[in-house]
Amino acid sequence: MRDPVTNERHGAEPLLEVLDLRVRIERDTGLVHPLNGVSFRIQEGQSVGIVGESGCGKTMASNALLRILPRRAEITHGSMQFRTQAGDRIDLAQLDPMSRRMRQIRGGEISMIFQEPMTAFSPVHTVHDQIAEMIRLHDPGADKEEQHRRVVELLDQVGIPDPEQRAFDYSFQLSGGMRQRAMIAMALASGPRLLIADEPTTALDVTVQARVLKLIERMQRELNLALMLITHDLGVVAHMVSYVYVMYLGRVVEEGPVEAIFDNPKHPYTAALLRSIPNLASKSRRLEPIEGNVPSADRLPTGCPFHTRCTEKVGDICQQRMPARVELSVGHAVSCFRYTEESLDDG
Amino acid sequence: MLNYILRRVLLMIPTLAVISVLVFTIIQLPPGDIITSRLLLLQQQGVDVSQEAIEAMRARYNLDDPLYLQYLRWIGGFLQGDLGYSVQFGQSVNHLIWERLGYTLLLTTTATLFAWLVAFPVGVFSALRQYSLLDYVATVLAFLGLATPSFLLALVLMYLGYAWFGIPIGGLFSPEFAAAPWNGSKLIDLLKHLWIPAVVLGTAGMAGLMRVMRANLLDELGKPYVQTALAKGLHPTRLVIKYPMRIAINPFISTVGWLLPHLISGAAITSIVLSLPTTGPLLLESLRNQDMYLAGSFLLMLSTLTVVGTLLSDILLAVVDPRIRYE
Amino acid sequence: MMTQATPPRVEPDAGPDLAFASQWRLMWLRFRRHRLAMVAGVVLLVLYFGAVFCEIIAPLGAGQRHRSYVLCPPQEVRLVDAAGDFHFRPFLYGVKQRGNPSDWLREYVVDTSVVYPIHFFTRGPEYEMWGLFATNWHLFGADEGAPLFLFGTDELGRDLFTRILYGSRISLTIGLVGVALTFFIGILLGGVAGYFGGWIDIIVQRGIEIIMAIPQLPLWMALSAALPAHWPPLHVYFGITIILSFMGWTGLARVVRGKFLTMRDEDFVVAARLAGTHELKIIFTHLLPSFLSHVITSATLAVPGMILGETALSFLGIGLQDPVVSWGVLLQKAQNFQAVVMAPWLLLPGLFVVFAVLAFNIVGDGMRDAADPYAN
Repeated sequence: MRDPVTNERHGAEPLLEVLDLRVRIERDTGLVHPLNGVSFRIQEGQSVGIVGESGCGKTMASNALLRILPRRAEITHGSMQFRTQAGDRIDLAQLDPMSRRMRQIRGGEISMIFQEPMTAFSPVHTVHDQIAEMIRLHDPGADKEEQHRRVVELLDQVGIPDPEQRAFDYSFQLSGGMRQRAMIAMALASGPRLLIADEPTTALDVTVQARVLKLIERMQRELNLALMLITHDLGVVAHMVSYVYVMYLGRVVEEGPVEAIFDNPKHPYTAALLRSIPNLASKSRRLEPIEGNVPSADRLPTGCPFHTRCTEKVGDICQQRMPARVELSVGHAVSCFRYTEESLDDG
Repeated sequence: MLNYILRRVLLMIPTLAVISVLVFTIIQLPPGDIITSRLLLLQQQGVDVSQEAIEAMRARYNLDDPLYLQYLRWIGGFLQGDLGYSVQFGQSVNHLIWERLGYTLLLTTTATLFAWLVAFPVGVFSALRQYSLLDYVATVLAFLGLATPSFLLALVLMYLGYAWFGIPIGGLFSPEFAAAPWNGSKLIDLLKHLWIPAVVLGTAGMAGLMRVMRANLLDELGKPYVQTALAKGLHPTRLVIKYPMRIAINPFISTVGWLLPHLISGAAITSIVLSLPTTGPLLLESLRNQDMYLAGSFLLMLSTLTVVGTLLSDILLAVVDPRIRYE
Repeated sequence: MMTQATPPRVEPDAGPDLAFASQWRLMWLRFRRHRLAMVAGVVLLVLYFGAVFCEIIAPLGAGQRHRSYVLCPPQEVRLVDAAGDFHFRPFLYGVKQRGNPSDWLREYVVDTSVVYPIHFFTRGPEYEMWGLFATNWHLFGADEGAPLFLFGTDELGRDLFTRILYGSRISLTIGLVGVALTFFIGILLGGVAGYFGGWIDIIVQRGIEIIMAIPQLPLWMALSAALPAHWPPLHVYFGITIILSFMGWTGLARVVRGKFLTMRDEDFVVAARLAGTHELKIIFTHLLPSFLSHVITSATLAVPGMILGETALSFLGIGLQDPVVSWGVLLQKAQNFQAVVMAPWLLLPGLFVVFAVLAFNIVGDGMRDAADPYAN
């Protein structure tokens, strides 16, 4: 029995649970904390959206998850509990990034597709080669014929015409949309249970975007795939996911079912984001950008990270202390001082 | 692919033609000609040469013909494999050149191999372990290698060889093998002598290639497809070998194009210092004696070597990098 | 596409001054952080200082022969004498020959009974400063007739230290003059090819390929042989310079051509054209400044090639010759293996060549890193 709001199977353990994840990176200018205590949860088969502007740490989160952080970055705190195919729960944060176990999970159980399909493929290897490699990595028993069969099957599934021929093309011979499809095929070749899509459609034309998104949706259904969709594009989120986490400067500021977030945003940032989307139907002709700029990561504001641009500040407390996470209703939580007193009142 | 090769080969022909004209012009630059310097030599020896004899010599070598005719005759002979007669040595140029050219080629090839074999792993390690001790040491040595002229290196090695080991270094053969017919021990003797000039010659090239490899690999390591491959669960070592290295190697291959003329040029002067039977010393001699046909033939042969070498490296590059094939 | 309006902009960290700094100041600031390049830059300055003031710094004359000290090894400047006493004024011990003064069995031993103190700002052999006026001040020197051979002497008894200093003047300036020529030709031809394109471009490109196909040293050798033997040294100097630039311009022309090709269709150029600016003016005031830093870097990196070229040619005897002094000419002595074995200090000019080339390469590298706007 699934909870209609959160899609959680009552009593079921989440596929992935990240708790209070903190990442630190060493820059020339000093230490920077791109992730400052991020928590989220994904159920089996659920689509979750991670939303935020550039620099909020969403890509860093996915890299941390797969343990492919850049050399000078490290996880300083937190856990990432993942339920494997075999049924055990492993804290990915504790694994050695290059250990066999982690490499099995990476690509094998959690797969990722990237923003720029052109540069994501090696220009000197065929598509066939690269997809077959994925198959080989996580199914060493598959022989050459088996690999070839599956490559062609995958390409067909993602809607690439004439897959037998096109498999041996190089990435630069494919169009943008087809490359993205090929990348999806590659990501799914190993039969993962969670797909991380990092800005999958940002680099594509609008018409192609829709088709690729549809493809992802279809694959999700067919394979009971959980999806972690990372994007700054709220429109994409609205159609694709059931649950949303809104991030700002390395923290989750609001989370909730997609309808609640869109119809009833609680955090000033979420509201401002929604307001800033150009909308032909709105009465006012003026664009409403969010005032100010995202502070640079090495000079984080004190207190609530958004207070420098917030138009609905409660008071001095906003720049003094970090607001705690408050559950407003089932599945809908927010980190903002506007709600901390109220929730105490509601009891 | 075939088109590509065909195009490049066809382009080679006018290039070589222009080079031959250029070379011919250059060798005509010095005032006077071989007869003049021969005369000088004879006069210094106290021999008196009559005017008829001079004119006879001139006629014999067609030195009074208009320039374009001399050029055509030279080129015509060249293409037929007859490079003319060397007044200075009293031998056909063919005889003088081919053997030397062979040794030049041998030396240059060995030097290239040496440069590659060292530059490749060091460059790769330098990139993978950026800013480590190995990286700094390699960078310093690379700079030194680039800064030291090959002839200086040869001199220093010669001196050290003598001062520390008491062995005279130079030449490609020990005296007993020099004129001997080819056999196994002569080959070994050759190899024993060959490695020093090869090292000297290859050092500068090696240094440059190492830096190129390091820079390229660093470049590639930052690219998105490395991230993709990592996300697939590939082991980092295998990843590096299969992907970025494969691409970083491309400019490596194409640099053979500039490496070859560089080496041939460097071989010239290194051979002079180390007294090797290659083209360099002979070229110098012929220039000193204004035996311009010999010098010109050398220059043209060397240029041909370069052009062909560049062509080969371009073809090799097309084989390795599909992006070039498909453009 | 529906997104929120502005992408976030991250402010630069530095204070307000940096925002208005010119391109050159930015380059200099970045260059300054490159410690190795700074050190190399200082080395270059020292070398060029020595070249400019060689007459003053050298203790002796360049052509001055000391017949009793032929092929003398380098002497040690001491502060502590044989008895173990310290002296403030540095000094040298005398040197005398041991055994019979026959030609090749010459051996020198230190003679501690004779002391030659070193004086500073003293008078020494006369010379013409920069060929302009005669004087005889020297930075340091010993008494008249005293042996002061910091780097030893050659087979004619001439002080190597002095000759290396004088030689630096030629060797280091040939590089600069040659590069200036290269600069000029390279920018002109490369710019014309890149800017106008079409058949001009094709001709220039083929020309470059052809010149680059001919092996450099043999070409230089052939060209040098074309210089008449009776030419005065100055003419030879310029002849060599021109020869060296003959091949050098190709590399620069390629770079310039590439830049012009990509930039001539840039918006700011189109805008200038639309505004009615004359073509040449566009080239010089708009295009040139934007890649000048790269061109200068290329030029700096081309100097070592010139220095090495002159050294090689003179070493072979077909460049500059005695009595002109350059590092290559000095190394000519070393061509004789026997000479090197007996007097290895004759290789010292080579060390200076290495230093100069090394310094130029490092500085050029530093400039390249500093000029690159995409480096972090």
